[in-house]
Amino acid sequence: MRPILMKGHERPLTFLKYNRDGDLLFSCAKDHTPTVWFADNGERLGTYRGHNGAVWTCDVSRDSMRLITGSADQTVKLWNVQKGTQLYTFNFGSPARSVEFAIGDKLAVITTDPFMELTSAIHVKRIAGDSTEQTEESVLVIKGPQGRINRAVWGPLNRTIISAGEDAVIRIWDSETGKLLKESDKESGHKKTITSLTKAADGSHFLSGSLDKSAKLWDTRTLTLIKTYSTERPVNAVAMSPLLDHVVLGGGQDASAVTTTDHRAGKFEAKFYEKILQEEIGGVKGHFGPINALAFNPDGKSFSSGGEDGYVRLHHFDPDYFNIKI
Amino acid sequence: MAIDKNEPSKLRWGELEEDDDLDFLLPPKEVIGPDENGIKKVIEYRFNDEGNKVKITTTTRVRKLAKARLSKRALERRNWDKFGDAVREDVGSRLTMVSTEEILLERPRAPGTKPEEAKASGDGLAQLSKGGAVLMVCRTCGKKGDHWTSKCPYKDLAAPVESFVDKPAAAETSAAAPGAGKGAYVPPSMRANAERTTGSDMRRRNDENSVRVTNLSEDTREADLHELFRSFGAVTRVYVAMDQKTGTSRGFGFVNFVNREDAQRAINKLNGYGYDNLILRVEWATPRTN
Repeated sequence: MRPILMKGHERPLTFLKYNRDGDLLFSCAKDHTPTVWFADNGERLGTYRGHNGAVWTCDVSRDSMRLITGSADQTVKLWNVQKGTQLYTFNFGSPARSVEFAIGDKLAVITTDPFMELTSAIHVKRIAGDSTEQTEESVLVIKGPQGRINRAVWGPLNRTIISAGEDAVIRIWDSETGKLLKESDKESGHKKTITSLTKAADGSHFLSGSLDKSAKLWDTRTLTLIKTYSTERPVNAVAMSPLLDHVVLGGGQDASAVTTTDHRAGKFEAKFYEKILQEEIGGVKGHFGPINALAFNPDGKSFSSGGEDGYVRLHHFDPDYFNIKI
Repeated sequence: MAIDKNEPSKLRWGELEEDDDLDFLLPPKEVIGPDENGIKKVIEYRFNDEGNKVKITTTTRVRKLAKARLSKRALERRNWDKFGDAVREDVGSRLTMVSTEEILLERPRAPGTKPEEAKASGDGLAQLSKGGAVLMVCRTCGKKGDHWTSKCPYKDLAAPVESFVDKPAAAETSAAAPGAGKGAYVPPSMRANAERTTGSDMRRRNDENSVRVTNLSEDTREADLHELFRSFGAVTRVYVAMDQKTGTSRGFGFVNFVNREDAQRAINKLNGYGYDNLILRVEWATPRTN
C-alpha cells in the first residue's frame, strides 16, 4: 500500500481519532493545534486554534458536530467541528490527559494529572446540547489512583468508567456513584505504566497497551484477562480492527533503532497481531520515531498512525490484507 | 485528384495541401479512458508555432486512492470551507503527500532468513540467486541440484554422511546472504558449499587453506584480491574487512583456496609483493606449523 503522509504538526503526535462516519481524522499533537483531515486522501480541512499547551487527547461526537480536546494548559475545550470555533472551555487545576464522550454525547469523562498538591482525578461533565447553556459543574469526581491516569473510557451503556494509568492497574468504576467496582489482578496485569486503552466496536472487550512491552485484552464486564500480546518495544498506542480480528500495537524507544539502512522510510513499525491466536501477522514500517497514536477507520479498511516524528501516516489496505491467513 | 468532401474519412494526408479549406480543422480530442492499469491517454491535435499540425499524446496514470462510499453527511462535510491554519491552503500544498515507497505489511520471517538479500548481484554470484537450485545437495547420494536428502530416491542405499547442517532451508537462503556483497558474514558451516563429496572435511580443510593478506590499500576490494590470487589456483572465497562508516578497506582480508598447495604458493609468491603502492604481507590465517 502507499501510505499518505501528512505533515501538519511540528511536534510529536499524541492522539488520533476518526469520526463515526470514518471520513474525518482528528489529530492531536504537542504543538497546541489539533487538526482535522479528510480520511480518504489526507487533505487537511482545518485546525483548531486556541490551546496554549500540548493537546493530549480528543474525541468527536457521533454527529461529528462537536470536538472535545484536552490539553496540558489545564483546559478542556469544546469546538464546533465545522467552523473551528470554540464553544466552551472547562478549566481544571492540572493538565487534562484523556477525554471521551459518552454514548449519546451528553456526558464526557475527563482525567487530570497529578499536579502539585492535586492528585489525579476522573471528572464527569455534563455536555449540554446547546453550548450556550453549558456549565462548568461536574456530575462526578473520582479520586483514588496514584500516579497519572493515562486513559479513561466509558463502559457499556455508560454504566461504568474504565481507567488505566501509571500504576499499571485497570479499574472499573460505577459511573453514577463513583464506587470502585473492579481492579485488574496484579499478577496477571501489566507491570508498568499503561499508556493506552481501546474498546472493541461492540464494547464487550478492550485492549490495554503498556510500557512493559505487552498489550492485554480484557473482558469489559468481568475484567478477566483474555489475551496477551508481547512485543519487543514498549507499547504507546493500541488499536483494534472493527472488521477483522486484528489488533495493532505501536510504540518504540529511540535508542533501539540505530541501524544503517538504505530505506527512505523509517524503521518504527506498527505491529499487527491476530487477536485470537496472539500471533504476529506483520508490521507496517515507516515512522522515523516511536509511534504514539494509532486509530482504525470504523469501516476497517484503513488505519492511521501518528509518530514522534510529527507525521501522520494514513494507510489504505491492499486487497490481500483481507485475505491474510495464519 | 478529386477529394470527396462528403466523406472526410477518405481524406489522404498527402493530398491535403491542395485543399486549404480544411486546414483549420483539427481532429477532435480523444480520451482513451483509464484501462485496468489506470492508464489514461488524451490525444489532442494542435497547431504548433510553425503552423503545422501536431498530435500530442498525454499519458497519465489515474490512481484511485480509496473507494469511499460516503454517507450524505460525509459528502456535505467534503464541501466545508477550510478554517484555521488551512484557510490559505490550496490543493497542491505539500502537507499531504503519497509516500514514494510502497510499504507492505511485512509478514514475520523465520530467524536466519534474509529475503532482501536474495537479489542477484552478478559476477559469478548470480548462480547463488538461481533460487538455490544449485545448492540443493543430497547427502545420501551426493547429487547436486536435484533433490534434498529427504527426497532422495536412493534413501535406503546409504545412510547420510554427517548431519552437521542445521536446517537445509536456512542454509539455502543464508547462502544467498553472503552472495549479496558480504554484508553479513555467514560462517562456512552454515553455507551450503557446493563441494560436499566428503562432507565436512572438505569445508574444514577449505578453512584451513585460508590466507590472511595485510597492508592492503584503502580501495582494495574483494574483486582485486580475487584477481590477484586466482592465478595460484581455485579460490573459493575472498573477504576484505571494510569500515562500515567510511566504506574503505580496513587494510586486511582473507582468501580461501581450494587446495593447500595453491595457498602455499600464493604465500610464497605474494608475500612482499608490491600492490597499489603498498607491500603486501601474505601469511596463513592462523599460525601453522607445516
